[in-house]
Amino acid sequence: MSLTAHPSFREGFRAGLPYAVAGFLLGISFGVLAEPVMGPVAPIVMSALLFAGSAQFAATAVLAGGGGAVAAIVAGILLNLRYGPMGVALAPSLRGGPARRAAIGQAMIDFSWAAASRGQGRFDPALMVGATLPSYPGWVIGAVVGVLAGDLIGDPDALGLDALFPAFFLALLVEGELRPGRPALAAVLGALIALALVPFTPAGVPIIAASAAALIGLGRR
Amino acid sequence: MNVASADAVWITIGVLAVATALIRASGPVLLGGRELPARAAGVIALVAPALLAALVVVQTLSEPEGGELVVDERVLGVGAAGVVLWRGGTLLPAVALAAAVTALARAVLGA
Repeated sequence: MSLTAHPSFREGFRAGLPYAVAGFLLGISFGVLAEPVMGPVAPIVMSALLFAGSAQFAATAVLAGGGGAVAAIVAGILLNLRYGPMGVALAPSLRGGPARRAAIGQAMIDFSWAAASRGQGRFDPALMVGATLPSYPGWVIGAVVGVLAGDLIGDPDALGLDALFPAFFLALLVEGELRPGRPALAAVLGALIALALVPFTPAGVPIIAASAAALIGLGRR
Repeated sequence: MNVASADAVWITIGVLAVATALIRASGPVLLGGRELPARAAGVIALVAPALLAALVVVQTLSEPEGGELVVDERVLGVGAAGVVLWRGGTLLPAVALAAAVTALARAVLGA
């Protein structure tokens, strides 16, 4: 059965719609922010090719601050490196050849990856792809609107959008992942590692380093 | 705010596009499609809770560009969501409340 014919693909698509609206609004703010730095075309191309909010904002901020391409690339890669451990978590749930698995990996965004997690290391890839699908046009069209129409919505922070995603991750953590024992311990350790590193490392590093908390899984039960 | 040179912009976009695609493909390509040893599977099963918890605290308590920990209106919003979840509430009301409380707190506090 193809991935898109799977029932959980539609379930993911429906679950993804409200977050696509949030992605659209954030996409507008990216277009507004990036247009003075890189002109009208590049922000749209960047959104279409990267589809990675935090890395795009970070790279644009570096360029806007007068940093060169190398510094912007490093900032962006640091933020996107979390897709490494996220892909590792997803991998055991994937079937098919390497090309198919690589393609499914491209559908990873924080929101859909988290939504597809079923606990105990299992993921639902069809749900993840379905949940990502509405966000892609939302993000790219948002950039177009931001570049062309400018500051229609003002500051997205005024809408509380920056609290929406951490609350979403908290909900998934509480509902799906926070089983007593090792999963709960891994969550607490991951949070502590990240918090400890935030003041001392570039953005992105705390999240990647937090995945080291999973190594407690090596110990004897 | 500086206008970046066209070269710097397009090099940044090109390299980041390729790097991001490779990073997203790496885990699925290298580790997918086969049975993993039990010890590896035991570690991988804990990556999701560790990363989710890190995403929660980093996105609640730090700025997107990094730097010092900050306590602002997001703490109220995410905290309200936590209370809803703790009382047995479901995902969508909790998430909506987080955004609403944060927005309201900003409006009231004039941030």
